[in-house]
Amino acid sequence: MTDMVYGALVEADQGEPVIPRWWRTVDRWTLAAIFGLFAIGILLGMAASVPLAQRNGLSDFYYVSRQAVFGVAALGTMCVVSMMSPLMVRRYAVLGFVAAAIAVALLPFLGTDFGKGAVRWYSLGFASVQPSEFLKPAFVVLSAWLMSASYDLSGPPGRLISFMLAVLIAALLVLQPDFGQATLLLAVWGVMYFIAGAPMLLMVVLAAGVMGAGVLAYGQSEHFARRIDGFLSADVDPRTQLGYATNAIREGGFFGVGVGEGKVKWVLPDAHTDFIIAVAAEEFGLVLCLAIMALFATIVIRSLLRLLRERDPFIRLAGAGLAVMIGMQALINIGVAVRVLPAKGMTLPFVSYGGSSVIAAGLALGMLLAFTRRRPQDDFSDILGRGK
Amino acid sequence: MIRRPLRPLARVIDARKKGQDPRLVEAEERAARLRAIRAAERQRAETRLLLLAALFLLGFGTIGVKMGALSSTVAEEPKAGAPGSIIAAQRATITDRKGRVMATNLETASLYAQPQHMADKRAAADGLAEIFPDLDAEQLYKRFTSKRKFLWIKRKLSPEQQQAVHDLGEPGLQFGPRELRLYPNGTLAAHILGGSSFGREGVHAAEIIGVAGVEREFDERLRDPAQSGEPLSLSIDLTVQAAIERVLRGGMSVMNAKGASAVLMKARTGEILSMVSLPDFDPNHRPAPATSGDPSLSPLFNRAAQGRYELGSTFKVFTAALSMEMGLASPDTLIETAGPLRWGKFKIRDFHNYGPRLSLTDVIVKSSNIGTARLAIAAGTPAQKDILNKLGFFEPVPVQLPEAGRSKPLMPAKWSDLSTMTISYGHGIAATPLHLAAAYATITNGGLKVTPTLLKDPDLPTEADRVISPATSMHVRRMLRAVVTRGTASLGDVEGYEVGGKTGTADKPKPTGGYYDDKVIATFASIFPASNPEYVLVVTLDEPVEMTGSEPRRTAGWTAVPVAAEIIRRVAPLMGMRPRPKREEMDDPTVTLARN
Repeated sequence: MTDMVYGALVEADQGEPVIPRWWRTVDRWTLAAIFGLFAIGILLGMAASVPLAQRNGLSDFYYVSRQAVFGVAALGTMCVVSMMSPLMVRRYAVLGFVAAAIAVALLPFLGTDFGKGAVRWYSLGFASVQPSEFLKPAFVVLSAWLMSASYDLSGPPGRLISFMLAVLIAALLVLQPDFGQATLLLAVWGVMYFIAGAPMLLMVVLAAGVMGAGVLAYGQSEHFARRIDGFLSADVDPRTQLGYATNAIREGGFFGVGVGEGKVKWVLPDAHTDFIIAVAAEEFGLVLCLAIMALFATIVIRSLLRLLRERDPFIRLAGAGLAVMIGMQALINIGVAVRVLPAKGMTLPFVSYGGSSVIAAGLALGMLLAFTRRRPQDDFSDILGRGK
Repeated sequence: MIRRPLRPLARVIDARKKGQDPRLVEAEERAARLRAIRAAERQRAETRLLLLAALFLLGFGTIGVKMGALSSTVAEEPKAGAPGSIIAAQRATITDRKGRVMATNLETASLYAQPQHMADKRAAADGLAEIFPDLDAEQLYKRFTSKRKFLWIKRKLSPEQQQAVHDLGEPGLQFGPRELRLYPNGTLAAHILGGSSFGREGVHAAEIIGVAGVEREFDERLRDPAQSGEPLSLSIDLTVQAAIERVLRGGMSVMNAKGASAVLMKARTGEILSMVSLPDFDPNHRPAPATSGDPSLSPLFNRAAQGRYELGSTFKVFTAALSMEMGLASPDTLIETAGPLRWGKFKIRDFHNYGPRLSLTDVIVKSSNIGTARLAIAAGTPAQKDILNKLGFFEPVPVQLPEAGRSKPLMPAKWSDLSTMTISYGHGIAATPLHLAAAYATITNGGLKVTPTLLKDPDLPTEADRVISPATSMHVRRMLRAVVTRGTASLGDVEGYEVGGKTGTADKPKPTGGYYDDKVIATFASIFPASNPEYVLVVTLDEPVEMTGSEPRRTAGWTAVPVAAEIIRRVAPLMGMRPRPKREEMDDPTVTLARN
């Protein structure tokens, strides 16, 4: 209801200032966990990126200082994003999605592969950007918007549209090829659909379909088949990446071999990204690994629990999608190193080295924080009778 | 479910009456409905979010536990292939009964390449091609220049080859230690030993696994590190094995046979002292099983333990033993042998016409099919089945060879009276020579069933294993001796060793059905010394033809018997048997002669 008062200058109610309100409503535990992860990331960067710097003829801590700069930028972005209202976040995310999707689609023409066999990056001279990192969180928000729109009586068929979008984006990623990101994207979409009230039967059928696709890929792609074989065989060849990672974890034991004493980072080419957990385990031991896992678990589980009370379906879906995306990425990265999951390159959000990866993680976490902020939830009707 | 209309007519009319806007009612209804949907949706999302949180907790927990488990184990060094790391000899040796080595291990080397460490790939490829004529320099060079960082070149090297490769001085060529299973006696006892091959292979070691014979049967025992110091002692006597193999090989060529087998067994214990099957192979280079052709003609085929043949008249002894055991006949009982014996449209004939009747002893000595068939009918099918079952003809031989376990004797699916008659003289039932040897040991050692074994010092049979009485056993021994002294096996009389035995000549079945009339399996199942048998020897020749006479002779008396006699002549002294002075009559003090 709007009060119309003629002739009187009603002072617009500005409410409380932005920052105190943000501090009051934001999930401070998650915030603390994120800062903790960032600190660990810098610490591990000091250990893991030294061999890379030496290989490239740079000063030992070149990559660490770079990572610190990017990290601070990411943290800043995160804080700014988390102060936005969900509506603002949605608008920017949808615009960002369009931009990122175009960027991904243009990769085959303008991107570079840095000699790694997959065209995933744009080279900007001073830094490289991986647009798919930005595409993921933007896609989650867009999907949540579409799905929640379909709740309305005579709303658009949002779920179907978001599904088609997911398939399209996954196809673009497979073209790079980047099976890991494609799988993650589809999995996150599946979880969001699940929360949005997917029929159980359909979920079972979907799971079966994913399995079927896996079997098909096993038959078709030699690269994929070799990885699965390596995972299924009982013992690891100690001269493979996985073998070195496993040995590093064993070597580290509970408290690690000591700062700078690790050897695995000199052997593994991806020690600063995909296998950073192995470096952590070797130099700092199980303790630090468990701490990292606890921090990720805190972020994911606290966010999900806070979203339990959320009444707005868009916020609920978008928040859950982002939390699940970050959680899955962490689970996959660590799970591969301990051979709970088959080998799949996946960065550890906020901890692995990588400019765009860190900034994108900052954006995603910022949005997550924005969605999990406490806001009025019509608690009265809750008390009076479950939303009647 | 009752559908509520979006426009409740009663309320709309009511609103109209009161002059209110009816669309308000509709909007109110719509809002309420949306609220209800949202609430239901939210409730469902709430449980699903909780489930998801629990799943993530579980996921992180699992990985944490796995990581904890990993970090509490000791790391293994990822070593690069360094020559000189030694693997202990792990597979136990196999020896014969006197401790002579039959299978042992030799340390040798395998050769692999790490192209990224190579100084001169071209020279390495050329050098290797020169040392190993089977390798192609071009192909090697192509493999070296591919992206592979590790490739096998040779699984086994001889010391000379290893030195030659070493002399190439190429740092990218490396040796891995390899244990090699060595059979120092070559083809000797090849079918018993079987063979071995590499199982899982690593740079520093390769698993040796048995693929056939005792190597396969005792694979776990031989690989067990706890017992690796203790050799596996077989019942085989290598010298005897060598002698029999040699004689048999000669006999096979003299008799123009295409295959032969011999089994020498201890009559009281069932220990197999020697088992030979020809043609044979070298287990050091065990050939791959033939993919085409008849597998029973392959050198890998163990004729003694695996080959099922109709063993012919050697089976008559079982019928004779059965009828004596049942009290149907004594050795002197006269049996009608007038031929041919008609049974339905089937006729049973003898090799010669032996007149109207023969004593039981002479039925065996002259090998009368008709007499044996009459006895079998008198004894009846169940009794015949029973004794053959007790003698082990209904099961594969329980010897420690995986191959033997697949050779269950072949017998008619429908056991008619006619089957009983033909089986009484060894036709219509196909068993392995090893079956026959065990059965002969059983009926001649006093009647206690023996179990053939390849292991030294088995348990002796006890009274519980009795198949026939000692008296029947003694009569059987006398008959077997008589066959040699005045019957079909007269060429088998080796002076001083009192050989007894029974010949058997069976026409070979055609694969298309029916029988060949010019291809036989000739068998001689013998015991020595007959009065108190210590050994059983079964010699089988496949398609023998003896050509020294005016016409080709194929019967066992002319083929298998002389070979067996030569074997006994050679091996009896090797086993420490003293020749006995010749006597007219055997004496067997434990049993009185009178019976029935």
